[in-house]
Amino acid sequence: MMQMPEPDASVLSRREAIVAALRDAVPGAVIDDPAETRVYECDALSAYRCAPLAVVLPRTTDEVSRLMSLCHQHGVPVVPRGAGTSLAGGSMPTADAVVIGLARMTEVLEIAPGDRLIRVQSGRTNLSVSGAVDGQGFFYAPDPSSQLACAIGGNIGMNSGGAHCLKYGVTTNNLLAVTMVLMDGTVVELGGPMGEAGGLDLLGVVCGSEGQLGIVTEATLRILPKPPGARPVLIAFDSSETAGACVAAIIRAGVLPVAIEFMDRPCIRATEAHAHAGYPDCAALLIVEVEGTAPEIDEQLALIRDIAQGFDPVEFRESGSEDESRRIWLGRKSAFGAMGQLGDYICLDGTIPVSALPRVLARIEELSQDYGLSVANVFHAGDGNMHPLIIHDANTPGDLDRAEALGADILRLCVEVGGCLTGEHGVGIEKRDLMTAQYTPADLEAQMRVKDVFDPRWLLNAAKVFPLDVSASRRNARPNRGRDAA
Amino acid sequence: MQTNFTPEQLKDPATARSNQILRTCVHCGFCTATCPTYQVLGDELDSPRGRIYLIKDMLEAGRPADEKTVKHIDRCLSCLACMTTCPSGVHYMHLVDHARAHIEATYRRPWRDRALRWLLKQVIPHPGRFRLALAGAKLARPFARLMPDARLRAMLAMAPKTIPPVSRNDDGQTFPAIGERRARVALMIGCAQRALNTEINDATIRLLRRAGCEVVIPEKFGCCGALTLHMGQQDDAKTRARDSIARLLAAERDGALDAIIINTSGCGTTVKDYGHLFENDDIAAEAARVSGLTRDVTEFLEGLGLPDRARTEGQGARVAYHSACSLQHGQQIKSAPGTLLTRAGFRIVEPADPHLCCGSAGTYNLLQPELSSELKRRKVATLEATSPQIIAAGNIGCMMQIGGATDVPVVHTVQLLDWATGGPRPDGLGAIA
Repeated sequence: MMQMPEPDASVLSRREAIVAALRDAVPGAVIDDPAETRVYECDALSAYRCAPLAVVLPRTTDEVSRLMSLCHQHGVPVVPRGAGTSLAGGSMPTADAVVIGLARMTEVLEIAPGDRLIRVQSGRTNLSVSGAVDGQGFFYAPDPSSQLACAIGGNIGMNSGGAHCLKYGVTTNNLLAVTMVLMDGTVVELGGPMGEAGGLDLLGVVCGSEGQLGIVTEATLRILPKPPGARPVLIAFDSSETAGACVAAIIRAGVLPVAIEFMDRPCIRATEAHAHAGYPDCAALLIVEVEGTAPEIDEQLALIRDIAQGFDPVEFRESGSEDESRRIWLGRKSAFGAMGQLGDYICLDGTIPVSALPRVLARIEELSQDYGLSVANVFHAGDGNMHPLIIHDANTPGDLDRAEALGADILRLCVEVGGCLTGEHGVGIEKRDLMTAQYTPADLEAQMRVKDVFDPRWLLNAAKVFPLDVSASRRNARPNRGRDAA
Repeated sequence: MQTNFTPEQLKDPATARSNQILRTCVHCGFCTATCPTYQVLGDELDSPRGRIYLIKDMLEAGRPADEKTVKHIDRCLSCLACMTTCPSGVHYMHLVDHARAHIEATYRRPWRDRALRWLLKQVIPHPGRFRLALAGAKLARPFARLMPDARLRAMLAMAPKTIPPVSRNDDGQTFPAIGERRARVALMIGCAQRALNTEINDATIRLLRRAGCEVVIPEKFGCCGALTLHMGQQDDAKTRARDSIARLLAAERDGALDAIIINTSGCGTTVKDYGHLFENDDIAAEAARVSGLTRDVTEFLEGLGLPDRARTEGQGARVAYHSACSLQHGQQIKSAPGTLLTRAGFRIVEPADPHLCCGSAGTYNLLQPELSSELKRRKVATLEATSPQIIAAGNIGCMMQIGGATDVPVVHTVQLLDWATGGPRPDGLGAIA
């Protein structure tokens, strides 16, 4: 089980005064009844839980600034929370922390189609950003699977990607500027409407910093004209390795589909039972989507068909209508819900070089058998961002521990083949203790020095990303703080 | 999601069912995105995922409901948008029904709350009493400002300006099909609807007969139980449901039914779930039979086909279709009403955010007037933005809620279908060609 630092006793002992001060700062926005804070004890990684000291739901940058300044003065840790859809425990609180939630910050502040940008408050959901510009023929490209519910603030924190990032890039490639509140309450503007700003690329540093450098309250995002059309194909194979090899071949050939999604047999079967998308019963399948004008689509699909033929696909299903396209995507989009029917799952997020896919898939299969836990694979294959789902039974004692150990082995494997621990979910607490598998002590020290600059007292989301023993001296250096064992 | 019930707790069938539901939830949070109260309040506690967590906590601990939990469960509309959104198939409806029963059994509400709920239960499901109350409300309306409770003021405001006379069509009887008989159906005539608007049943009977249906109106039909079920009063609800089942199946004495037709979709969701409600009871088979036969009127007509179009009046009128939550989420009937209205010659427009509730939700508009008014304001704004000549909906609750806040005429879907196929022009449509 994941260890969390001992809560700061001096904060807990001042609980009432802190809550009263929060209420004064932003009336009507503070939740502190234990029956209610409990609901904020976890995000979409519900295996790890800890109720916070209090939750505050501000509406403006100014309110966030007041809250941060107050927490800074009182030495109270802060955990930012977008929509609470993190699969890595990114918004899991500590008992001595105030959660600052963005759910009430959902306004659209500016739409400038001419400059291809939109400015929103960061609690706005990813899909509703596209929704706000849909009528003008635009969309916001990064599309995490949770895009219906996840907040832009969280997307920036984790540098989220999605099925379509193969072509359009991840959040950092579509983020132009942010308004961010530092731990001491200072409001800073980073980046600019043209995506270029003088000096160091601090915006690049902030995107993917997992809420450890500041709380982003407003974001200026790149919007793109919607493509004239898009069409998926479904390619079925009799082995996962062949499917992986086909992905590598498509990428090597220089075709740039918007998405290449991969599902293996356990995932296909679970999905069929749940969503009845009409997928073939095969060892693995790819969904490849291309977009453009009709001739462009035809041309790309012809090339993909040629490449796929070299790998003896069991089936090559081209969509001929909107409805067929919808059905091809239906299973993929239902996959996570379907996996939930098999049992509890941990969703991993390792990223590997595309050429290593066949080897890694074979090894995952072996590991799965060694541990006696089934692993289903559904992921963005085009950019090597894997999401192995480890199925277990959370109500059986010991099962979660085994699932975590298997997950750690799979992520170490990703690092071994030249990949990394996370593609888009972030490190959070889930992969925190594996950071040493990827980074040397000197690397981690350098990363922590960046946090030192933004948050010298290590109050902001400090129990995440860095292994506790690695960050202990910094966290324990807070004035008035009781030491923790780690 | 991990759960923590003891084997003893799981011996209770309701708890076992809730455990099963909680285990399918993966806590992904997708449901927050389409929950009306979360849209308004922006607090996880007022989202489905938050409520599921509160319910889990309450049931696992086996303790009486606390004030905070009750507050957030009470704010749930039971619109079931979360069930449409949930990728994992979490049966929120059964879970929240269990939670409400637990609250009712273990929590003592403040006296005003109890009195109000008692009053609603005594009045609304009884058309005679409801009519009296509506007449009284009309008289009392000028004094609304003196009412000490926002909920009482909401009740007065809700009462319609005119109360229709009792329709003798709602008495127990059998209407023969017009032309060749193609089906034999029972019509569930509703309780509150009969007091508020008799046109809906009249139009339904005309339309079904013209479509070739023999229409049986059950004798002395009462309330289906939905009203008290949503208040957590499961015993009361089951008593009413038991009576409804007996009266509906009595119609089968003179010949098998092809369907039980419902034109109040709020009731439809409950009646279609009778099978679950009685699964461990002596009338399990009868309850399942009724649930299996039940169809929303539009669902049934989409299969059977509309009578031929008879009029050109109203052709091409711009109709904003408001999808009642009980239809689109509770029964997953999304396209049938629009398809039928289009076939009948109307131009259908859909408002933005069609998945969001109008705030009516049974007695919700009376018990939670503030949230309900905000949802009404948003719904009416999106409907009016489509510049409709008519607003159509398939549930009396939504019709009352929306109708009270717009000058656009609001009618039931069947009234338009009836009009287009030879029935009278619905009241209040004004000068639409």
